[in-house]
Amino acid sequence: MSKKYLPKPAWLAAAGMLALPGLAFAQANTPSVNAGNTAWMLTATALVLLMTIPGLALFYGGMVRAKNTLSVLMQCFAICCLVTLIWVLWGYSVAFGGQGAYWGGLSKAFMAGVGVDSVSGTIPETVFSTFQLTFAIITPALIVGAFVERMKFSAMLWFIGIWVTLVYFPIAHWVWGSGGWLGGDGVQDFAGGTVVHINAGVAGLVCALVLGKRSGFPRTMMRPHNLGYTLVGASMLWVGWFGFNAGSELAADGVAGMAMLVTQIATAAAALTWMFVEWGSHGKPSVLGICSGAVAGLVAITPASGYVGPMGAIVVGAGGGFFAYYAVTMLKTRLGYDDSLDAFGVHGVAGIVGALLTGVFSSKSLGGAGLSDNASSIIGQVGIQALGVGVTIVYCGVVTLIILKVLEAVMGLRVSPEDENTGLDLALHDESAYDL
Amino acid sequence: MKMVTAVIKPFRLDDVREALAEAGVHGTTMTEVKGFGRQKGHTELYRGAEYAVDFLPKVKLEVAVEDERVDAVVEAIIAAAKTGQIGDGKIFVQSLDEVVRIRTGETDRDAI
Repeated sequence: MSKKYLPKPAWLAAAGMLALPGLAFAQANTPSVNAGNTAWMLTATALVLLMTIPGLALFYGGMVRAKNTLSVLMQCFAICCLVTLIWVLWGYSVAFGGQGAYWGGLSKAFMAGVGVDSVSGTIPETVFSTFQLTFAIITPALIVGAFVERMKFSAMLWFIGIWVTLVYFPIAHWVWGSGGWLGGDGVQDFAGGTVVHINAGVAGLVCALVLGKRSGFPRTMMRPHNLGYTLVGASMLWVGWFGFNAGSELAADGVAGMAMLVTQIATAAAALTWMFVEWGSHGKPSVLGICSGAVAGLVAITPASGYVGPMGAIVVGAGGGFFAYYAVTMLKTRLGYDDSLDAFGVHGVAGIVGALLTGVFSSKSLGGAGLSDNASSIIGQVGIQALGVGVTIVYCGVVTLIILKVLEAVMGLRVSPEDENTGLDLALHDESAYDL
Repeated sequence: MKMVTAVIKPFRLDDVREALAEAGVHGTTMTEVKGFGRQKGHTELYRGAEYAVDFLPKVKLEVAVEDERVDAVVEAIIAAAKTGQIGDGKIFVQSLDEVVRIRTGETDRDAI
């Protein structure tokens, strides 16, 4: 979205520059940091970090078997650390460093030129960069759900490091970066439906297909070992998502407020949708179901959060919850792949539903903030959204496949059958989560 | 002497323990176990993945008793553990050759 790199106040400053040269001169000399916006963005950054550690780590950790608990927590934590260093070395620059259509270049590698006085829009560039870093952390961490309980830790680190570099940073630039070609085409992705969720979901699906099923899947009992963790994690994701969505406005203003409201609405709608559909088809509402529905709703509203109104949010949430439910319960069973914790079923599917519905409910006629300048009708905007979705799926799918195949040939991706049977906690980390 | 082994529903444990005390039993060993019999297990559903849980949690009690007490003990267990529903469990009675109290070295009847 265009606001991401050129926030509203910057537009106003640009307009003022044309109209009042004297005033513009004063503003150009002192790029102004807005204290209110900065305070909110510092907070939002911390909220988004909370989503990954410990939110996502617990959400996923509760869903695996007890013998793999620590391995999942460890993967999320290590990804957080690894991506942070890659981000300051070259990631920030590739994603946000320059004006290219396809990548941001290396002008800000090693955080060159990013100092105390650097300003991005109305906030310090350090805050903008750290905020974006937290997105770069959670996206690869979401993929973990697809390969838990069987991937080598070393291969996982290599995969994530290469994946963020070749897939996440470029796509983030295309959609959000200055001059990025997808953002310029009018794709509406407020907080990362394509960049974060479809991207992670598709990468997860490719991981599940390349790594193969966990031994014993689907006959062996692989029930979640602690759904209490999962509920705590889902709740932290929900809270942190206010930083994710409302923070993506990069300002403390009315759009951020609306983004927060619609996030809450869509999440509740999706959680109840999942719960009632499951209740109707299986006979009982489940804790895992309502938590999964909530996350599907959060995913679906992510691209839409700055564009749709409260009633549109109900439809976006319900749609995300409904289609994600069928993806994880029917599609996965029918096709037989082992996307263990449904990275694709929840993030990929609800992300696609949300991205497409954004094109519908961003219309002013349906209570939204308005279509992009490149679209004259809802159908036109949905078409643009579909382009963004399609490009992300194809690029992410192909590059992820290549990375995995190369790593498989060089070092192998899976642990030995013995280690898988023992559990990754003991086999890879010499630790156990529980002493019961 | 007999060894009476009872496999019962876990929530009946407190009642059975009291009934055993009233029947003059001074000690027993309890183990949490899992098993299956005529009572069918249940299914659990997680995001569409259905798992059949065949082994249900039960409690196993082991009581060493003098021959003349066996009937009273068995009846006490039945009275306390019975719900009338399928899955109430079973009682096994086996002969017991020797009992030794480790602290004193007492044997057989004195050790029970």
